[in-house]
Amino acid sequence: MAERSFAKEVEHLRLGEGEEFKGEAILAITKGLLQSGVSYVGGYQGSPISHLMDVLSDAQDILGELGVNYQSSASEATAAAMLSASVMYPLRGAVAWKSTVGTNVASDALANLSSGGVTGGAMVIIGEDYGEGSSIMQERTHAFAMKSQMWLLDPRPDHTRIVDLIEKGFELSEASNTPVMLEVRVRTCHMHGSFIAKDNVRPAFTLDDALENPRRDLDRIVLPPAAYEHEQEKIHKRLPAAIKFITDHKLNDFMGPEEGKVGIVLQGGMFNNVIRALQYLGLSDAYGNTQLPLYVMNVTYPVIDSELAEFARGKDAVLMVEEGQPEYLEQALSAVLHRAGIDTRIHGKDVLPIGGDYSVEALLSGFEAFLEQEDPHALGNRPPRPDARPVLAQPAVENLKSVVPARPPGLCTGCPERPIFAAMKMVNQELGEHHVSADIGCHLFSILPPFNLGATTMGFGLGAASASAFSKSSGKRSIAMMGDGGFWHNGLTSGIGNAVYNKHDGVFVIIDNFYSSATGGQDILSSRAHNKTRNTGNPIDKAVRGIGAKWVRSVDRTYDVGQMKRVLTEALTTKEEGPKIIIASSECMLNKQRRVRPIESKAIKDGKRVIKQRFGVDEDVCTGDHACIRLSGCPSLSVKYLDDPLRDDPVAAIDNTCVGCGNCGEVSEAAVLCPSFYRADIINNPTWWDRFKHRASMALIGMLQARRDKRRIQVEFA
Amino acid sequence: MMRDETVKLRLEAAGEATERPISLAIVAMGGQGGGVLTGWIVQLAENAGWVAQSTSVPGVAQRTGATIYYVEMMRASEGKRPILAQMPTPGDVDVVLASEFVEVGRSILRGIVTPEHTTLIASSHRTLAISEKIAPGESIADSAAIDEAIGVTAKHSIIFDMNALAVANGSVISSAMFGALAACARLPFERSAYHDVIKAGGKGVAASIKAFDAAFDRATNGADVQPQDAPAKPQAAAPQMSGSHAVRALLDRIEDELPPEARKLARAGLAKVIDFQDLDYGREYLDEVDAILRVDQKAGGINHGFALTAQAAKYIANAMAYDDVVRVADLKTRSARRGRIGDEIGLREGQLFGTTEYMHPRMDEVAGLLPAGLADWLANRPRLYGWLDRRISKGRRVRTYSPGWFIALYVVGGLRWLRRSSLRHREETAHRREWLALASELASRDYELGVEVVRCQRLIKGYSDTHTRGLSKFAMVTDEIRRIAERDDAADWARRLRETAIKEGEGGDLEGLIKTIRSFA
Repeated sequence: MAERSFAKEVEHLRLGEGEEFKGEAILAITKGLLQSGVSYVGGYQGSPISHLMDVLSDAQDILGELGVNYQSSASEATAAAMLSASVMYPLRGAVAWKSTVGTNVASDALANLSSGGVTGGAMVIIGEDYGEGSSIMQERTHAFAMKSQMWLLDPRPDHTRIVDLIEKGFELSEASNTPVMLEVRVRTCHMHGSFIAKDNVRPAFTLDDALENPRRDLDRIVLPPAAYEHEQEKIHKRLPAAIKFITDHKLNDFMGPEEGKVGIVLQGGMFNNVIRALQYLGLSDAYGNTQLPLYVMNVTYPVIDSELAEFARGKDAVLMVEEGQPEYLEQALSAVLHRAGIDTRIHGKDVLPIGGDYSVEALLSGFEAFLEQEDPHALGNRPPRPDARPVLAQPAVENLKSVVPARPPGLCTGCPERPIFAAMKMVNQELGEHHVSADIGCHLFSILPPFNLGATTMGFGLGAASASAFSKSSGKRSIAMMGDGGFWHNGLTSGIGNAVYNKHDGVFVIIDNFYSSATGGQDILSSRAHNKTRNTGNPIDKAVRGIGAKWVRSVDRTYDVGQMKRVLTEALTTKEEGPKIIIASSECMLNKQRRVRPIESKAIKDGKRVIKQRFGVDEDVCTGDHACIRLSGCPSLSVKYLDDPLRDDPVAAIDNTCVGCGNCGEVSEAAVLCPSFYRADIINNPTWWDRFKHRASMALIGMLQARRDKRRIQVEFA
Repeated sequence: MMRDETVKLRLEAAGEATERPISLAIVAMGGQGGGVLTGWIVQLAENAGWVAQSTSVPGVAQRTGATIYYVEMMRASEGKRPILAQMPTPGDVDVVLASEFVEVGRSILRGIVTPEHTTLIASSHRTLAISEKIAPGESIADSAAIDEAIGVTAKHSIIFDMNALAVANGSVISSAMFGALAACARLPFERSAYHDVIKAGGKGVAASIKAFDAAFDRATNGADVQPQDAPAKPQAAAPQMSGSHAVRALLDRIEDELPPEARKLARAGLAKVIDFQDLDYGREYLDEVDAILRVDQKAGGINHGFALTAQAAKYIANAMAYDDVVRVADLKTRSARRGRIGDEIGLREGQLFGTTEYMHPRMDEVAGLLPAGLADWLANRPRLYGWLDRRISKGRRVRTYSPGWFIALYVVGGLRWLRRSSLRHREETAHRREWLALASELASRDYELGVEVVRCQRLIKGYSDTHTRGLSKFAMVTDEIRRIAERDDAADWARRLRETAIKEGEGGDLEGLIKTIRSFA
């Protein structure tokens, strides 16, 4: 069960010819695929593509009706390999993933796919996770498109254009026998907009048709001599075909006046911000009526030399707006103009930032610099442009820099991974610091305060692999972390298998929280939940033993901090050889709450006996040392001031978002911190026996308390 | 800006064509429902036939990190849809909605709150950032600095605790913020239009509308309400001793003997130590404070507002009311406690509750309670001591309100009579004497330094290891203070030593500071 349900939204996917679709771009993309008559869809979740996968899995009925085979692939490599169905058969297929990380994983299959070429349209939806809010290294997918010669579409952030390019993209792919990438950036994926829908299309040629009449053609397989032929084909057949299709169908837009002293060339994805920046300079209105000629590259690879030349010819200078680096397009532009003998001056990264978001602000400054040099008159009477610099320069604002604390992402309230890291921190206090190689996933937050664990992260599922160099230890052992998501993605073989085979002496912690949680709680092989369309419930324990691991310990309740500590300590100290594998399992609290809450509240409504737990702190017992928070960082565990002039420091306090996971109590007990924490067990709809017990003990307790209160010198606060 | 009629565009102004869209930025923390609010705003505009576009960058920020949502809205003109930007431009945002108070500060630093344009709608409540929480001692961001920045950046501002208001109305903060947005009237839509959007949402409509209306009224009547310094640092009321004549006698001693500056703290202190032990202990407390007062008078405390006595009144009470098992057991079994917990967990009619304490007593705590002689005897038999510790030292889940456990706690809580003769008491008293002796000695030479030494008691807090660490920090700091007592900037260094010691291990480096001091001493 995914974190976000699109059950309601997916109904929009049924919209027919002429109806208006309103919603998130991700949904529009899915609709575009259905309008293009895809036979199969696959992919791997990860921001900003997670919602696409969630939408698809919520839309399985609709997909079924259209005879579309949808898979949530084991990895991006699996998804890419899935496209091979379009090599021999006129089947349209699409896969999606987070890039560049996903493309890294997929690149082997992609290279083979694009070498042999495709018969049916093959499309990769690329969620370009670049700029603010990105969770990965800052790179461009562009290089992959060029190296394997796949066409790269970069549509204007406008639902109509995106959907149109999906449909055209499949045609382009078929016309040029080349797989196509459609790049959408983070903000575009989560952008709300609208477009006029078409009917969904059932694939004419089905997967069954293919299975019934299998085809093979040696020329499509990457083996000498075919492989050499493929390269020639790429150069002499596929590229020209693609260029023809792109120009014939006008996939790139020429906007604004034909003539002009200067012009701007831009990636389609930059369009909206470019228009806004021009608007601030008085060079466009809000509806895109621009005063400067624009050449909008909705296709950023291949570059259409003729179009570039035509646009640049007769202009004094052109500016290339290309987000990210290296500046492949700017280089291509200069090569094109140079060859064509056009002496139009080229600007780009000389006036625009080399890396980072091309925000309106960045473009605005770049355009000003460009026009200052090439066409000052265009700046007219220089209307005041938005500028926060004077405001930011004010002392009161300057001062904020030191006041406003950073707010890094962290583990959710009640996260089952928290006690694991708390235990690790305690073990480090006893056995000394260890080298910890981290992995991708929620558990990566262990590198942030308050835990500050984890030295490297080398890629999804590679936590264990990245400890390989430390396989022989004479003293301290290395610790490697991995989530269940990464484990099934590749960690089983790249990490555990490798460790078993090479007799790695280190400790491997596999965190099993029943879902692919960081990406939004999608199910995976070892998920405990029943999933009617997938095979779940395959234990990690069996997998690692199956691959030859001997020392395997399973902790089936991570909140048992004492147990976690003992197992970790044993793993770090045991004489046994080979990898020490710890599987720490507890359900992701975010998903658990979503699953359990409705059931509980119904049970309570129905008058059933339900015990709910939450934690609290006795404020007069807490001394305000905050050691408990340094071992927890739970959002619901905070601090508050007391109404007591004798107290200097705020004391710990737990707010009502507490889900009663027990971590704080377990930690303060295991670390021998203090007796401030208590757990309250709240009995809803108590039985008569509960009430009887309660009344009896409270009678006794009340009596004793009254006795002591009488003797105590009362202190009243006026 | 584009609105500015003086701007001569090279294209003929096609009516609204030269206008900017209305832009709104929502700065929030992941999981705060910023997405819901964004969706409502978009719906609001679309219902009115406007074109609206929203963007967000969830990514990992959705896991409690700071994040931002951005909405632009504008009318279409002759079927031409406006081109809307995907991120806020510093200096050109019409409305900023902040669902937490330091997030206001963050948005100001982004430059999206500016005097020409921005209406700021913010909740004054604080959700502390991890760095504010993990710091030993005190490290909470200064809300006043944010107020000040708002004053010079926002064109209009609507600020109050929208979270509390929402919760009070059984809803969540997004409904309250939506109400405040309607009230600020920056968007050209009727109040009823907002209601329609919420109703169309389906879930928890009644509560959302209630919170919306409450926020709307709050915003229209009391706009520009400055936030209380949240979390509020309350001022303590003076404790009034009631009951026995003897108590009043002690209270009178405070009024008669102590300077006004010290009385408030002395009253609170007296209350604390009596509550901790008994009346005699209260007398002992006042004697200690008196002793310091005499030093204070000799040292010319009159010119220092008797800071020495006032601080002594505070810290002597804390030192005398040390945290031992008796006190913990007593606090856990008090009658008032159950009521307080009931309020905290929001106990409802028909619910019952019990509590479980997470305790981990060690032999040290037990020994601390034994008569000093016996404790010494045990301490000299390490094997026996260790054997006992192995029996005692383990995590115990204490079900407070089960008869058996309650009686056990109740009995321990009643062991006050053992205290004065106990090992722990001997240690605490010795520590107190030494500490106050040093303070008195130094105060008579360097008043400020004396006060700083008194304040060093703050370093001692917590239980078991935490407490032991506190003692060693205290020792390190006071030893160093002794060493540098002759310097004329000694008081200043003493303060730094103490503050570093508080943060020791979490950014503070006491040994490093001591090295520095010695390097030029």
